[in-house]
Amino acid sequence: METKTVLSARGIGKTVKSGEDDLVILREIGFDVASGEAVAIVGASGSGKSTLLAILAGLDTPSTGTVELDGVDIFGLDEDSRAELRGRSVGFVFQSFQLLPALSALENVMLPLELAGRDDAEAEARAILQRVGLGERLGHYPKHLSGGEQQRVALARAFVVRPKLLLADEPTGSLDSESGAAVIDLVFELNRSFGTTLIMVTHDEGLAKRCGRIVRLVAGRIGT
Amino acid sequence: MILRQALRMFARDWRAGELRILAAALVVAVASVTSVAFFADRVSRALVRDAHQLLGADLVLVSDHPWRQAIGEEIQRRGLDFARATTFISMVFAGEQSQLAGVKAVSDSYPLRGKLRIAPAVNAPDAPAEAGPARGKVWIEERLVTALEAPVGTTIRLGSASFEVAAILTLEPERGANFFNIAPRLFMNAADVPATGLVQTGSRVWHYLYAAGPPERIVALESWAKQQLERGQRVDNLDSGRPEVRIAIDRAQRFLGLTALLAAILAGVAVALGTRRFVERHLDGCAVMRCLGATQGRLITLYGIEFAILGIGACALGCLIGIGAQAAIAAALSEMLRADLPAPAMLPAVQGFLVGLVLLLGFALPPLVQLKNVPAVRVIRRESGSTKSGTLAVYATGLAALSGLLIWQAGDFRLGVTVVGGFGVAVAVFAAVAWVLLRLLASGPVARRIGAGSTALRYGLANLRRHSRGNAIQVASLALGLTAVLLLTFTRNDLVDAWRRSAPPDAPNRFLIGVQPDQLGGVRQYFGEHGISAPDFYPMVRGRLTSVNGRKVSEDDYTEERARRLVEREFNLSFADAPPAHNEIVAGRWFAPEAAEVSVEEGVAERLGWKMGDELSFGVGAESFSARISSVRRLKWDSMKINIFVIAPPALLGRFPTSYVSAFRVEPGDEKKVNDLAARFPNLTVVDVGAAVRQAQNVVDQVITAVQVVFLFALGAGLLVLYSALVATEDERRREAAVMRVYGASRSQVTNSQRVEFLSMGLLAGALAAAGAAAIGQLLARRVFELDLPPNQWLFVAGPVAGVLLLSLNAWLSARKVLSASPALTLRDAL
Repeated sequence: METKTVLSARGIGKTVKSGEDDLVILREIGFDVASGEAVAIVGASGSGKSTLLAILAGLDTPSTGTVELDGVDIFGLDEDSRAELRGRSVGFVFQSFQLLPALSALENVMLPLELAGRDDAEAEARAILQRVGLGERLGHYPKHLSGGEQQRVALARAFVVRPKLLLADEPTGSLDSESGAAVIDLVFELNRSFGTTLIMVTHDEGLAKRCGRIVRLVAGRIGT
Repeated sequence: MILRQALRMFARDWRAGELRILAAALVVAVASVTSVAFFADRVSRALVRDAHQLLGADLVLVSDHPWRQAIGEEIQRRGLDFARATTFISMVFAGEQSQLAGVKAVSDSYPLRGKLRIAPAVNAPDAPAEAGPARGKVWIEERLVTALEAPVGTTIRLGSASFEVAAILTLEPERGANFFNIAPRLFMNAADVPATGLVQTGSRVWHYLYAAGPPERIVALESWAKQQLERGQRVDNLDSGRPEVRIAIDRAQRFLGLTALLAAILAGVAVALGTRRFVERHLDGCAVMRCLGATQGRLITLYGIEFAILGIGACALGCLIGIGAQAAIAAALSEMLRADLPAPAMLPAVQGFLVGLVLLLGFALPPLVQLKNVPAVRVIRRESGSTKSGTLAVYATGLAALSGLLIWQAGDFRLGVTVVGGFGVAVAVFAAVAWVLLRLLASGPVARRIGAGSTALRYGLANLRRHSRGNAIQVASLALGLTAVLLLTFTRNDLVDAWRRSAPPDAPNRFLIGVQPDQLGGVRQYFGEHGISAPDFYPMVRGRLTSVNGRKVSEDDYTEERARRLVEREFNLSFADAPPAHNEIVAGRWFAPEAAEVSVEEGVAERLGWKMGDELSFGVGAESFSARISSVRRLKWDSMKINIFVIAPPALLGRFPTSYVSAFRVEPGDEKKVNDLAARFPNLTVVDVGAAVRQAQNVVDQVITAVQVVFLFALGAGLLVLYSALVATEDERRREAAVMRVYGASRSQVTNSQRVEFLSMGLLAGALAAAGAAAIGQLLARRVFELDLPPNQWLFVAGPVAGVLLLSLNAWLSARKVLSASPALTLRDAL
């Protein structure tokens, strides 16, 4: 089967000012991710994992290098165009869930569809919440859901737009091992069934091994 | 499409309670501004209308000879209400008794504004009269009843006709228009005048035509009538007729305007604080939405629409509440106000709506715009993209627009600028002083010394320093709210008292005219014997202004009617070594005893175009004298004391024929003493100004009642600012308390450390507020109300105490909330 490159990072470097000095967070990072692939980015705290993920998503800008998403150089676009591209092609799952507290589970999942102007937002959101096992909790607010349930809502929100690429930042970092395992099973199941490409930042070696490929960061570089 | 999304966001935020504080701030703002504006508008229109009662009409034409028939016909042709009256002085007889009386003969429709009040007997309760005296009947004042021994039912003689005394006249609205010409009043029907044979050629009779109706027609009539005037004729309106009433109304409008201004400014602060909180709570949501593909433009449009919905809804609700509130106030106070208020006009609703929208645009939009700048990366790194705390520049446009609106609403540029500027300076000074003091208080050495024995104290002080910027803003907001509350309680009371003092309840109610120099001793002795406090006697010389700076003066030199009248008639000139106590020299210096100089009253100088150094020449009888103006005096017109336009040194005026005038007070029930005085010194004229004083005080009291009602709204707005300032940092404090508890802090440690922080802030805010209220109060008293007002010492006790109490209450409530929630939940919410 012919595989297509979904994401391509070339020469990514990130330097920030820290007082008088320049602090190098990332240097010369380059890799390709093929459609349907699952890639884990691992590394110690401070190795630059989250910064790299933010750059791959176009949430942060690199000091050097480019990222192509589906053949489009995302840093050749302005911030608003990147946002539109994200809305179309990228799903996110965060360690701290990032559900909007004022919105019910259903409304949180409807949000990306509404932003995309979809009329079927509610039906789609209901369907996917059923699928992640929260069909009975549609009207609940985040503060009334457990951590595992909140992350499942976040997963439903990420997958509801059928993204080409799912970026996950320590998705189990805030969960106990049992809830974490259940969420990860769900991530891989959804990943398979939607044919999504997955890039996941984690410090959990066991979780990393379930991905097809591991990118290991050591002090801002790709290590071995 | 985007509208639907914005509507959904509005509904969701509303349901989640995110918009309620903001909406409440806006509704209270608009409601208070609108009800103040509505009420102020209605009250001030009522005041103007009621003040016209003191004229008896909206416009009065006065003549010393009969008016041409055409003038009266023209008034009626213009569709205005019309009445006529003549007044003259005549002896009245009853049996053996006789008394000089001021007779007023009125047509049936008199008065057009206000009501005459009559009683069936002396000391019986009075009631408004529906019409003037019927033919063959007269109404007389109590003083005349006593003098003539003529109770109701008696027959009296006036000229060649006889009349029955039908009632005791207790109130004549117009009374006081010209104190010096009034003897005890006798009211009769105008149709009976010819039968008396008293009005003949050469008789000293004043002829009045009264008109009342819609303001625009009155204005038109006034300008038309002025062109018809002959010598000896004039037009009186409120401005020219009753300066003391005009002053009371001006002050009333300033008071109401001030209160409305305060409510609006405070509401603005509350909206700004509410929006800040909203924005802080929506930063994460915006970052997530940016992640999910929302563009900056889309975010700002969505929130813009959401706030527009909020604004329109809250403004409409605020206007409705405002209308309801002012109607309720008017109804509740109808007895106290003693006036039917005119129907509400639409302008205040428009004003309220505009103020609400400007508040929202000016104070909510700037922080809201920051939402679009939230970087999407905040979803991963939370510290990214926190809001910049409100720089002044961000709010500059809003402040400018609001100031403009407020100045418009105040209807008084100077008042608007004083209040808006005063609050602007106060906020800046409060924030700066609070920031410096908080850092000082929490600085290493001080904190170590204070907090040596107590962890809670140390943590509390450390918090003060850590939050010094946020706390400074909070202290400044609290101080602002408290300033308003203090200003409206203490300073308002002081202002009202000072105002009442300027027309005190013990103000003189009788003028005494025509005391000859050789009678002074006897009159003084009479006062002493009868327990009436001996008044000041002012020498009076009557003279006519002949030239200014050597140029002959004629009434044709002036266009203004009152100026023409001043020039036409004789001036009351007086002489004295020192200025009267109720006068204030506003320019120049008091003259030297031997100098050919005079001191003139500010108003008359302005009206006649006199300046410092001008040489005035007066003719007194066949002689004359000249003197330069060396000082200008300001009089308290509402003090009801003798006011004299021109005062000269005794050396200059003492040689002319002189009589003395005085003002004194007679307590109710002592009227007989006055009649006895008049009997012992038959040449004296005693003028009853009590009725005029009572009327002026009614007006003042009415105004004060209205102001106190309006004040409650501003107080509400002040409290709202306090509340908004307190909840502004609630989330952060809850998180911190939760962290402290997670790390083993006891309940009392959490509570105490918050208490230390809050009490320090309360003390500081209270002290700042006291200083602010004192300063603004002084500024208002001197610059705007022109009253002397020493600062109230209690302010400096009440301010800090109020601050401490308020924040203690808040600390208690906040601690309860923090301690009742599990730290885990609080922290999870915060993540």
